[in-house]
Amino acid sequence: MPLIDLANPTRFLKLSGLLLPWLAGAATIALAVGLYLAGNAPDDYQQGATVKIMFIHVPSAWLAMAIWGMMSLAALGTLVWRHPLADVAAKAATPIGAAFTLICLLTGSLWGRPMWGTYWVWDARLTSVLILFLMYLGVMALWRSVDDPSRAGRAAAILTLVGAINLPIIKFSVDWWNTLHQPASVVRIAGPAIHPTILVPLLVMALAFVLIFVTLHLAAMRNEILRRRVRTLMMIEAQAAPGRG
Amino acid sequence: MASLGPHATFIVAAYGAAVVILAALIAWIVLDHRAQQRALGELEKRGVTRRSGRPA
Repeated sequence: MPLIDLANPTRFLKLSGLLLPWLAGAATIALAVGLYLAGNAPDDYQQGATVKIMFIHVPSAWLAMAIWGMMSLAALGTLVWRHPLADVAAKAATPIGAAFTLICLLTGSLWGRPMWGTYWVWDARLTSVLILFLMYLGVMALWRSVDDPSRAGRAAAILTLVGAINLPIIKFSVDWWNTLHQPASVVRIAGPAIHPTILVPLLVMALAFVLIFVTLHLAAMRNEILRRRVRTLMMIEAQAAPGRG
Repeated sequence: MASLGPHATFIVAAYGAAVVILAALIAWIVLDHRAQQRALGELEKRGVTRRSGRPA
């Protein structure tokens, strides 16, 4: 099937309906394997068992940024190509991105207290991720404040593209400023600085989180398509009501 | 499984927070799906259909 055929919401509903059970199954298996490996990973020589928080904190942080990146691509799809599923994809991803960013912030805070002696510090990395979370909430509020989905989609797309400026700031904040947060130890030019006994569980958990996101995103996109159908039918019903010509 | 050591509370709280947030997200998506299906079903029951769904 050509990729362009997926632009048809009916076809998308059919294909995503077939894919969803398989994706949910793959996500469950990957999560089970990831949790088993994380549970049996050795303690860090400096951080002790708190390194286990990394197995959920880091994948959430990666997803928090990757989902905004995906929303930015969808925003281009809305503004440049007017792809019929682009703003559906962006809208459906927003609360999921907010949820992963919240997990990142909470788990980071709970990791920071025993390691840094504080739940929170206004350094560049933590503050820029908090701004990302607030931007997710801002886009969700914008979607709710405009009734017409196409108008809301265009406004949200512009806000999303402006917010994408924050992504390199988050990524490089630990290099550009002195922060309490440690520098990158996995995604770096010199290669991962983590021992494979910890790196492998981390990557499996990251795969599990990606599969969870893809599953939830497809399900949320299906909901959004159905919501728009309900809206269209309600408008048809209102126009056909007696006294409306 | 290794012992969680003196900071077990923080580790358990972190995993607990992730479980609660993901469970809430999944529940919201499932409930939203049911709500949209129900709304569509009621509209179709009242005979409201899209132009593409009407007989020629």
